[in-house]
Amino acid sequence: MAKDSAFFSNPTVKWIEHRLPIFSFLDHSLGSQYPTPRNLNYFWNFGSLAGFTLMVMILSGVFLAMNYTPHVDHAFNSVERIMRDVNYGWLIRYIHMNGASMFFIVVFIHIFRGLYFGSYKPPREILWWLGIVILLLMMATAFMGYVLPWGQMSFWGATVITNLFSAIPLVGDKIVTLLWGGFSVDNATLNRFFALHYLLPFVIAGVVVLHIWALHVHGSNNPLGIDTRGPQDTIPFHPYYTIKDAFGLAAFMIFFAFFVFFAPNYLGHPDNYIPANPMVTPAHIVPEWYFLPFYAILRSVTFNILFIDAKLGGVLAMFGSILILFLLPWLDTSRVRSGRFRPVFKVFFWIFVVVCFLLGWVGGQSADASIAGIPLLRIGQFCTFWYFAHFVVILPLLGWFERPRPLPISISQPVLGGGRIALGAAAKPMEKA
Amino acid sequence: MGSSGTSPAAAGHQGQAARRDFLYLAAGGFGAVGVGATLWPFIHSMNPAADVLALASTEVDLTPIQQGQRITVTWRGKPVFIDHRTAEQIKSARDVGLQQLPDPQADQKRVKAGKDQWLVVLGVCTHLGCVPLGQKSGESKGEYGGWFCPCHGSHYDMSGRIRKGPAPKNLEVPDFTFTNDTTIRIG
Amino acid sequence: MVRMRELVLAGALAFGIAGTAGAAEAPKPPAQSWSFDGIFGTFDRAALQRGYQVYKEVCAGCHALNQIRYRDLGGGTGAAHEPLVGLGFSEAEVKAIAAEYTVMDGPNDDGEMFERPARPADRLRKPFPNEKAARAANNGAYPLDLSLIVDARQDGANYVYALLTGYVDPPPSVQLGEGMHYNAWFAGHQIAMAAPLSDDRVDYADGTKATVSQMAKDVTTFLAWASEPNLEARKALGVKVIAFLIILTGLLYAAKRKVWSSLH
Repeated sequence: MAKDSAFFSNPTVKWIEHRLPIFSFLDHSLGSQYPTPRNLNYFWNFGSLAGFTLMVMILSGVFLAMNYTPHVDHAFNSVERIMRDVNYGWLIRYIHMNGASMFFIVVFIHIFRGLYFGSYKPPREILWWLGIVILLLMMATAFMGYVLPWGQMSFWGATVITNLFSAIPLVGDKIVTLLWGGFSVDNATLNRFFALHYLLPFVIAGVVVLHIWALHVHGSNNPLGIDTRGPQDTIPFHPYYTIKDAFGLAAFMIFFAFFVFFAPNYLGHPDNYIPANPMVTPAHIVPEWYFLPFYAILRSVTFNILFIDAKLGGVLAMFGSILILFLLPWLDTSRVRSGRFRPVFKVFFWIFVVVCFLLGWVGGQSADASIAGIPLLRIGQFCTFWYFAHFVVILPLLGWFERPRPLPISISQPVLGGGRIALGAAAKPMEKA
Repeated sequence: MGSSGTSPAAAGHQGQAARRDFLYLAAGGFGAVGVGATLWPFIHSMNPAADVLALASTEVDLTPIQQGQRITVTWRGKPVFIDHRTAEQIKSARDVGLQQLPDPQADQKRVKAGKDQWLVVLGVCTHLGCVPLGQKSGESKGEYGGWFCPCHGSHYDMSGRIRKGPAPKNLEVPDFTFTNDTTIRIG
Repeated sequence: MVRMRELVLAGALAFGIAGTAGAAEAPKPPAQSWSFDGIFGTFDRAALQRGYQVYKEVCAGCHALNQIRYRDLGGGTGAAHEPLVGLGFSEAEVKAIAAEYTVMDGPNDDGEMFERPARPADRLRKPFPNEKAARAANNGAYPLDLSLIVDARQDGANYVYALLTGYVDPPPSVQLGEGMHYNAWFAGHQIAMAAPLSDDRVDYADGTKATVSQMAKDVTTFLAWASEPNLEARKALGVKVIAFLIILTGLLYAAKRKVWSSLH
């Protein structure tokens, strides 16, 4: 809908527009007036999928909250009541439970897209930071949400993770008591986790608004990593990307629906169907799969470093593994954005992906497991070392010493005359804002 | 799928446009149906759950209730008055001219045929919802021998009908049936 | 000697506790075929009724099934728009089953608690009022509430069946703790519960021969139902939803191609 179209001549529309320009706002942010690079691939669908999943989680969560009781004596039974007695309660519960996993799958792919194509590079640093803030809020929300059913894993996962804060020197124990509201994870803890779990998704929604605002200032990155130069490089978001996002959404829903209807407990842990028992610790306390890599990093610090004892070291490494992402725009010194034109970076990128999967696998095994005689602890330690080395050593060195492939001239003219790149006509590497 | 998707040739343009629009209509329609079908379970989850519905009806055994005795049972969270009336009480309820009643209703219509001695009414005043007195011995039954609501002074007679006071309607008779001679199911 | 017994009792307690927690890794049970497996899975109603009979006559003396109400045993007595998935007993049969048991209610007008016959809305009667009483009556071991046992164990249905049919003579190397029994599929192999099933332990109402494997199959089916009564509704809806989504995805893909075709 262009500004001069029939829609905007409609008297009702004009009346509203004069008072609250909502239609032209939508047109500018999503519609025919929002230029988007024409060459985005399907990895660019995952942002809208994440937004959709957030809405599903809020909707299903609110309806679960209509029937859930956040008290240690009633929580487990209230969830079972939802599963058995509430009309379609089982469906809403399974949607919420598997939706959390879907949210992390989608967000991890979204993040790795950013890592590969250099979407964190100038001028998108704040966009990237807002994303990391969303990830941290998601992790806090998911952690607290998992406690609410008050199963064995709920209770013991909460106990282990809240106990971590005691590693903080001087004030650690006081902080843990403050978090617990008592002397152990108990009713006070459950109740406040419920209150905060209900609150945080709306905080996430607010940060998502900022995230999209920041995105719209300079527009999306694209697989080539070069800036758009004009209308020949862009297409209006509507209808091209609205229909592509709709298709992607439907395909994603098949994946989601498969888990909800045919494997609803596959991604979870059977021990959480046992009511919480503070006197009995499960043999293997395992967090949900999306926390496993971080759990592995936590457990890999088994030695003291100078004045930092192993427990504190593990905590610092675990949080550090996410906080280091804030520094990424400066750690990656390459002036080429997209991995497409960085052949050595590509190799290290995929090694990094494998390392993350390995960390996840190690995190899910018991701490003393071995494979082929190699203790998993050693594998975890090596992978943790590599994880940090990737950001602190490899990326800076690559930026300085890698010779990138020549960049195309522009998005709409990647090659001149069908041949290889025209002599001397390579586009400038990404321009600083 | 993309057979008609190449450059709009002049000849089939109109037909192609129609086919394109039909596709968008079909996709959009399907999507709308999907959205509606997805919303229904959420809305329906707010309807009474199975455990609430299981308590939607209550059975009461009438054998322990003597003539002239009243008991109170709970049904759907509200009190229900069951009155085993004597013959005199039934007669005095039926001797009233209907035109005298603020909410005219014959006593015969408020009980089951052949079981006139059993009056079953909701113990909720039709004025603003207080529970009227009269169930326990010693409590005031009001000026008409039935029940008296202390909140704003409504008087009900021996058929549970409003006679005096601000209540607009007679005490409600819930749906009930005799499952056998000595048992009723309310609701 | 006394010391030894205490040690062994402590060991039994520990195994009991460990059993509750699922301590050592349970060996992977062999896969059986279940009527409720697969995307079109449903519960075999006859098996459910036989399984309920096994639960009632063999297990209910020690094991609670607290999440199940008597009305759940019926069929179609649930919410107005959605028949409850049950065992298929009629409303009268459900009332009769419930009335066989008494539950505590009250206080009455004298302020006292009293026993009354159970109603369909009541939960299945617990054999013991609480965990401590259950342990006291069972040498410190706790007979679990079985409402969610199939969900609470990895590969739950196969595990429960394997455990019930897995009572074998211990290998010569194993020293059984006092009061413990050897089970091939229980984590740690030593379980406080004696083999609950033996041939013809139950006289099936429908005349089926009550072998150990038959009873194990039936009671496992019943317990799988108890863990998730809505399983059939879930799978049936799932087939419809995914079929719908496949069509919708196809339509949207075609629409996407059409929209994008104008670009080149």
